[in-house]
Amino acid sequence: MFSSPTVRTSLIFTAIAVVGLLFADIAITSANPWKDLGRFFLGVVTPDFFSTEGLATALLRTVAFAFVGVALGSVCGFLLALVYRAYPVRIFCAFIRAIHELFWALIFLQFFGFHPLTGVLAIAIPYAGIFAKVYAEILEEADPEPGRLLPPGTGVISAFLYARIPDCWVQMRTYTAYRLECGLRSSAILGFVGLPTLGFYLESAFSQGHYSEAGAMLILFYVLIATLPLWVKPRLLPVYIIGAPFFLGEGMPIVWGNVARFFTQDIVPGPLKGDEGWSGMGSWLGDLFVTQALPGIWNTVILTQIALVATGIIALLAFPLISTHFGGPVRRTSGHVFLVILRSTPEYILAYILLQLWGPSMLPAVVALALHNGGIIGHLIGRQSSTIILRPDASTGLNRYTYELVPRVYRSFLAFLFYRWEIIMRETAILGILGIYTLGFYVDNAIQNIQFDKAMILILITASLNIGVDILGRFIRRKLALQTMPTC
Amino acid sequence: MSGFDLKGLTASFGGERVIGPLSLNVHEGERVALVGRSGAGKSTLISLIHQQVEGIASLVPQNLGLVNALPVFHNVYMGRLDTNATWYNTLTLIRPFAKDTREVKALLTELAMPEKVWIPAASLSGGQRQRVAIARALYRRSGLLLADEPVSALDGPSAHLVMKLLKDRFATSVIALHDVELALAYCTRIVGIQDGHIALDEPSEKLTPADITPLY
Repeated sequence: MFSSPTVRTSLIFTAIAVVGLLFADIAITSANPWKDLGRFFLGVVTPDFFSTEGLATALLRTVAFAFVGVALGSVCGFLLALVYRAYPVRIFCAFIRAIHELFWALIFLQFFGFHPLTGVLAIAIPYAGIFAKVYAEILEEADPEPGRLLPPGTGVISAFLYARIPDCWVQMRTYTAYRLECGLRSSAILGFVGLPTLGFYLESAFSQGHYSEAGAMLILFYVLIATLPLWVKPRLLPVYIIGAPFFLGEGMPIVWGNVARFFTQDIVPGPLKGDEGWSGMGSWLGDLFVTQALPGIWNTVILTQIALVATGIIALLAFPLISTHFGGPVRRTSGHVFLVILRSTPEYILAYILLQLWGPSMLPAVVALALHNGGIIGHLIGRQSSTIILRPDASTGLNRYTYELVPRVYRSFLAFLFYRWEIIMRETAILGILGIYTLGFYVDNAIQNIQFDKAMILILITASLNIGVDILGRFIRRKLALQTMPTC
Repeated sequence: MSGFDLKGLTASFGGERVIGPLSLNVHEGERVALVGRSGAGKSTLISLIHQQVEGIASLVPQNLGLVNALPVFHNVYMGRLDTNATWYNTLTLIRPFAKDTREVKALLTELAMPEKVWIPAASLSGGQRQRVAIARALYRRSGLLLADEPVSALDGPSAHLVMKLLKDRFATSVIALHDVELALAYCTRIVGIQDGHIALDEPSEKLTPADITPLY
């Protein structure tokens, strides 16, 4: 068994995570963690839907930002997908999707302020990069034969509309709908940096200890996501997309002077603005690197590796919950509900809640990342395991789990896990905003101190780290011959 | 202008020569049947000819090349995408014009499947799919037909119906057929392919099924 490459890879990654644990700051620092957790759960089971009129507005804004952002992102992504063959386009897309929505929001906040455009672009830009990649892959996989059979002299557009799009349409539509769900989560967490979406109200309810109010918001958010197929119908889509921009709220007007200043002064590295010029750049960059980037990278990598393995463990434990090979319909339905909650809760919100309850350390982040990502992978693997047909006299219970199912799903499990590696790292970096010392912490700090030049460099470093992990993850998946569809 | 004269045709797969070098001269009005064992190179020869004649031919490839998500109508209509403007084609995608619908329906009636005009190609049976690809080739109205086993999924009567239609509508044709009877009945010239070379080339009236059997 140890000679199998998939097992060896798993063991190596587990060993790295265990070593990482020695260096990680894992602790519960709050005085009364379990009492707070209890009060929070009490809040969830006694939700208060009428405490504030802000609740309806928060949900409306969350939906509106998601629709406008995802729609804009998918249109731009589609156009980019048409020219995705060009190498510079690929690099550009990899780069814009490597920067988290919240980082984009933090950047735009500096010059657009609390204008709706900030939230829309924060979703649309990274999503455009992801859409471009996935659409391009779908278009590339389409059967080229119908295109070859067209009479010569057929226009490019006609050929594309008839021979390319129709067979890709269903897949593109499914993926876009799926992204809308991701967009709702992204939109919700934009509230944590001050945009008028769910996160904003959630944060204020939490900070005041209004757990019933927070519980109501979370429950409504789950309902919103779970009922997505019911209220998002193809025929209604144009109505939503045309209507959504009118529900983004007023925000603050854009001060164009700020925009100009941001690009001509704020993000110009310090030494270049002063008398030192290029000669001062070396020590400025060196200092930034040693005091902020390196510790940020170190913590981000450690946390990512621990969270990755924890995600894997949760996923393997969770998939039997919805697998048809275990338990009856009641157990499976509750398993479904549980996993929907796990994957619908953005890791940022989970981490925020746990951080409030347990105090600052890496623990809330690891648990949040593992629960959310483990929920997603567990759901996918569980669904896949249900398609496996076992022989009638197959073993039951734990033996069925270990001998029949896990070996059969392990490869796709690893494929999903390595696919999500880059996503986990992107999230790990962003969780720094909550006060864990990953790269996001240093970015947020630099922004608080109005050092946008440093913030931009740190964001660029974060993006490169993500691109690096993405390449490594793809290399490992290719090496182990693992294939998977994109998830978010 | 639907005949062709091709010389020195060759094709290789993975460094191994599968066709030729061979020459094939087909005059306008000739109906050529390519016969031979499977793997002899008939399909490769058909696609080689298709490349060489630069798109003047209507092609029915073995895998048909249908767009599965589109209804039968649009799959047939694609045969003439070049004759209409882009805006016209785009509108047709959303809502076809009556005169095109009439024409396509008439064609499908001849192929005994008029009721399928709005059914997506994906939900058709193998024989129906084959007839849609044939309808597309007919709709294109070019003089030369290149077809690779166009009736392999059709039952006896339908196969005869289709072969007769192809005979009437195309001035010139090159059809790969494994059915020797059909080849002799509907084609004027039999070309036997063996190991990528022409092993037999005779007018059909001079041949009997027994003359062709050695090729298999």
